[in-house]
Amino acid sequence: MSEITPDLVRHLANLARIDVNDQEVELFAEQISLIVDSMATVKAAVQGDVPATSHPIPMSNVFREDVVEPSLTQAEALSGSADSGDGRFRVHAILDGE
Amino acid sequence: MSELIRKNASELVELLKSREISSVELTQAHLDRTAAVDGDVHSYLHVGPEAALAAAAEVDRRRAAGEALHALAGLPIAVKDNLTTTDAPTTSGSKILEGWVPQYDATVVKKLRAAGMPILGKTNLDEFAMGSSTEFSAFGPSRNPWDLERIPGGSGGGSSSVVASFQAPLAIGSDTGGSIRYPAFVTGTVGTKPTYGAVSRYGLIALASSLDQIGPVARNVLDAALLQDVIAGHDPHDSTSLPESLGSMADAAKKLDVKGLRVGVIKQLSGEGFQPGVSARFNESLELLKNAGAEIVEVDCPSFEYAIAAYYLILPAEASSNLAKFDSVRFGLRVTPEGTPTIERVMAATREAGFGPEVKRRIILGTYALSSGSYDAFYGSAQKVRTLIQRDFDAAFAKADVLVSPTAPNTAFKLGEKLDDPLAMYLNDIATIPANLAGIPGMSIPNGVAEDTNLPSGIQILAPARGDARLYQVGAALEHMHEEIWGKRMIDFAPELEVRG
Repeated sequence: MSEITPDLVRHLANLARIDVNDQEVELFAEQISLIVDSMATVKAAVQGDVPATSHPIPMSNVFREDVVEPSLTQAEALSGSADSGDGRFRVHAILDGE
Repeated sequence: MSELIRKNASELVELLKSREISSVELTQAHLDRTAAVDGDVHSYLHVGPEAALAAAAEVDRRRAAGEALHALAGLPIAVKDNLTTTDAPTTSGSKILEGWVPQYDATVVKKLRAAGMPILGKTNLDEFAMGSSTEFSAFGPSRNPWDLERIPGGSGGGSSSVVASFQAPLAIGSDTGGSIRYPAFVTGTVGTKPTYGAVSRYGLIALASSLDQIGPVARNVLDAALLQDVIAGHDPHDSTSLPESLGSMADAAKKLDVKGLRVGVIKQLSGEGFQPGVSARFNESLELLKNAGAEIVEVDCPSFEYAIAAYYLILPAEASSNLAKFDSVRFGLRVTPEGTPTIERVMAATREAGFGPEVKRRIILGTYALSSGSYDAFYGSAQKVRTLIQRDFDAAFAKADVLVSPTAPNTAFKLGEKLDDPLAMYLNDIATIPANLAGIPGMSIPNGVAEDTNLPSGIQILAPARGDARLYQVGAALEHMHEEIWGKRMIDFAPELEVRG
């Protein structure tokens, strides 16, 4: 069995910034354990020195001409936000006040 | 039903060109069909009659004025709702983006508009394209026009059902592990995942960036080819976009010749584990190809055994990173907990309320796969498996020009049947995933009704990277042989939908 405990699910959800309730934690722990156990076969798949592939079609140094192209105006960039002011995205406090 | 909407796209463009029909007339006929059947099928998340008819009227005006037009000008199309559109909301099937209207068009959408193709609406999908049935859409599932109790495949079940129910002649899909090809398989339609990079992903809401590819959804091979020719091409906005042209897919689809072609049957993707009715049709098609002069060879791809495992580590890892952008700040939902919460608490409350269960599951799984304790064992091994799968394909393509398999093991299942069993759901993609891992092109075409379930089945064709034209050549040739035998098109076997409204 894998190590996906309810506490680990709570920790991972916190890292991913998703609030989860107790019911979800139990369900996800059970389901993700099964998935991880099943995916663990990859560990046995590779013998010897095999390079990793991160990208299917290798390309390098992809540049475009260094010219200014039309882009979003400030108002357009802000138009989808829940809150904005003074030409900026407005958010809640980043640091806890305590 | 208007006979017009049953026609192939290739026929419709001729009628438009000769001005026997107008684009307004054709667009309205499809909108009428949607009013009549989409209450049951639920292909669309958004229908945009005004914008579509305005675009159609503009094409008609230009044609009347004798202006030079694109070959597909005036032909309406539906677009999967994970592509940004400035004149319609773009949700990717998620509550977290409900009501969001983007400030820019995806490159593919721009190309459709430039070609003069009216966009009818935005089609349903599993939330952020995570699923095989559309049941994970936050806005309810789409249904299979062949049997409304069954799934239309996923994630692009909106795009497959919209063409299968004659609400649109063509649609745009996206395929990360089979989201174009599996829906095509279960709905008796055609879907292509082009070579990775052949179609720009700019404006596609990313699921897994190293796997995602946009492609055409249609009712026959030539129509899909015509659409791939519209949307393909280099785009400086997508740094993974291929710089070179892959040639004309439509020309390849018109060859109707497989003589001397070596067709490889993938040992690991046939026989055991595949529904007998699906396998029987598959073997019949091999016989047809052989009789038409193709050489059938068997190829061995031993690492495919690990494809699903590698995929369900790589995909959640990339998705967990891509979906971090849904943070309540720049777009989409914001949920503010009581008191004086910090931005972190706002993000967590927003993502709790805005994401559905499958998205949460995959983000948590991806966060695990990327965490320092498991990175090497899981994510690192999965990336190595990806190399092994590419090597399997390289060896296979040394022996064969194209590879074939059934597109999926089983015909369409019933809504709800696999909803609580993520692993069972993942297995639907067993035959389609290897192509995404290797970046090669793949196509699913109708392969007759499986006799044991009386539902559509399909055959998958795979080609080496940049060899998309081979898919269209073989696909169109096989389709032609099928239609000769059946005396009609696959879609003509589908039952008539009840018309309402």
